Amino acid sequence: MVQCYLKVSAMLLVVLTMLTAAGTAFAANDAAAPAPATVEAAGRGDAHAVEPGPVSTVPASTAPWWIWPLALFVTTFILGILAVLGGVGGGVLFVPIVGGFFPFNIDFVRGAGLLVALAGALAAGPGLLKRNLASLRLAIPVAVIASAAAIGGAMIGLALKPNVVNTLLGATILFIVVIMATAKKSDFPIVPKPDNLAQSLGIMGIYREESLGKDVEWTVHKTPMGLALFVVIGIMAGMFGLGAGWANVPVLNLLMGAPLKISVATSKFLLSITDTSAAWVYLNQGAVLPMIVVPSLVGIMLGSMIGVKILARSKPKAIKWMVIGLLLFAGLRSLLKGLEIWK
Amino acid sequence: MTNVKNNKASEEQMAYAGVLNAGMWLGLAILVITFFVYISGVLPSFVPIDDLPKYWTMRVHDYNVALNAPTGWRWAALVGKGDYLNFVGIAMLSGLTILCYIVILPILFRKKDTAYVVLAIVEVLVLSLAASGLLKVGGH
Repeated sequence: MVQCYLKVSAMLLVVLTMLTAAGTAFAANDAAAPAPATVEAAGRGDAHAVEPGPVSTVPASTAPWWIWPLALFVTTFILGILAVLGGVGGGVLFVPIVGGFFPFNIDFVRGAGLLVALAGALAAGPGLLKRNLASLRLAIPVAVIASAAAIGGAMIGLALKPNVVNTLLGATILFIVVIMATAKKSDFPIVPKPDNLAQSLGIMGIYREESLGKDVEWTVHKTPMGLALFVVIGIMAGMFGLGAGWANVPVLNLLMGAPLKISVATSKFLLSITDTSAAWVYLNQGAVLPMIVVPSLVGIMLGSMIGVKILARSKPKAIKWMVIGLLLFAGLRSLLKGLEIWK
Repeated sequence: MTNVKNNKASEEQMAYAGVLNAGMWLGLAILVITFFVYISGVLPSFVPIDDLPKYWTMRVHDYNVALNAPTGWRWAALVGKGDYLNFVGIAMLSGLTILCYIVILPILFRKKDTAYVVLAIVEVLVLSLAASGLLKVGGH
C-alpha cells in the first residue's frame, strides 16, 4: 500500500513537472506577442489606459485566459497534496513554482502566495487552538514582532526590481532546501529554566501528548533572541510572499525550546497573523488578482485535504525528499531567472 | 499573567478560535461565490477577462498606471465590477485576525492580563496600519 502511495506521489511530481514545463513553453511561444498599448475597454470592462506601451517584465501570453486559472488550479491541487506529505507550507512551494513557470509577474504571485499561506493558516488555526496545540500565549508576543517586520518586508519586496526579487527568492529557496535537508528536530527540548521575559509573560502551557498518553508541560527560554530572529523571518515572509513555517518551527523548537508539536501548530497559526499584515500591503498596492488568487487558494486547500488522507498511509520521509528535490528545482529556476540565465 | 493548570485551551484562546472558524468559512464562501459571479460575466469587469493575460505579466506599478487601477481602499467603490467584487472575500479573510484580537481584548482585560492587553492592542494597531492603505510603496 505504501508503495502504491509512493507511486501516486511520484506521478503527481511528473504531472507537475510536465505542467510547469508546458507553462514555460507556452509563455515562451507567446513571447513575440506585444504588450498592449491601451486597453480595449469597450464591452464589459471600463478600465482605461493612461500611458502607452506599459513595461512588462514577462512575455505577454496570447493563450485563452481560462487556460491559466485552470492550470493554476491543477498545479496548486498537486502542490497542496505534496505540501502536506512533505511537511511544508503551501506558500513556500507556490511562489517559486508559479513565479518560475507561469506567465504572471512575480508581484502578483507573491500577493497570491501570501493569501494562499494565509488561507491555509486560517483553516488550520481554529482546530489547533481548540486542541491547545497552538498556543496564543506563545504566538501573541512573536506575532507583534513578525507582523510589523512583514509589513517592512512587503514594502521592500514591492520596491525591488523583479530580477532582484527572483534572485533573492531563488537563494532563499535554496537555503530552505539546506535547512529542510539538514535541520534536526527535537520532540521535547529540554528547557532548564524559562528566561525572565518568558516568565513575566507567562509563556508556558500543558498539552495532551497522545503518543505518550500523558500531559506534557512546556515553557520556553532564549525568548529575546527568538524574538530578534522573528524580525528577519517576518521581513522574508513579507518580501517573498512565503509562508514562513520553514523558519518559524526551527526557531520555536530548537532555539526557544517549545515541544515540536507546539512549535509546528503555533507556527501554522502564527502565519495567519504575520501573513495578514503583509497581505494588506500587497492588497492596498493592487498586487492581488482574483484570477490568480482564487483558483490557487481553492486548489491548494482541496489538495491539502486529500494530502491529509494520503498522509495516514504514506511514507513521509521518501516524499519529503521528493519535495526537497522539487524545491531545489524551483529555487534554481528562480535564481537563474533572476540572473537572466534561464528566462 | 495566567497560571496554566490543565491541558485545556484558555478562555481567550477558545474565543479566538471560534471567531476565526466562523469568519474563515464565511470569507471563503464569499470568495468562491464572487469568483463564479466574476468568471460567469454576470457583472461587468473592470479589466475585461479576455484582456487580463496581457496585463498580469506587468509589474504592479505598471499595471496600476496602465489601467488606472485603484490602490488602497478605492477598490471598495468598484464592488459592482466582477473582479473587484472578489475583494470583499479577500478583505474579509485578511481582516479576520483584527476582529479576533478585538474579541479577546475584553477577556484579557477581565483577567487583568496587562502585558497581553498591551500586546493585543499593539497588534491591532499594527494590522490596522497595514490595512489602512496609508503605507505607500515607491514606484519603480
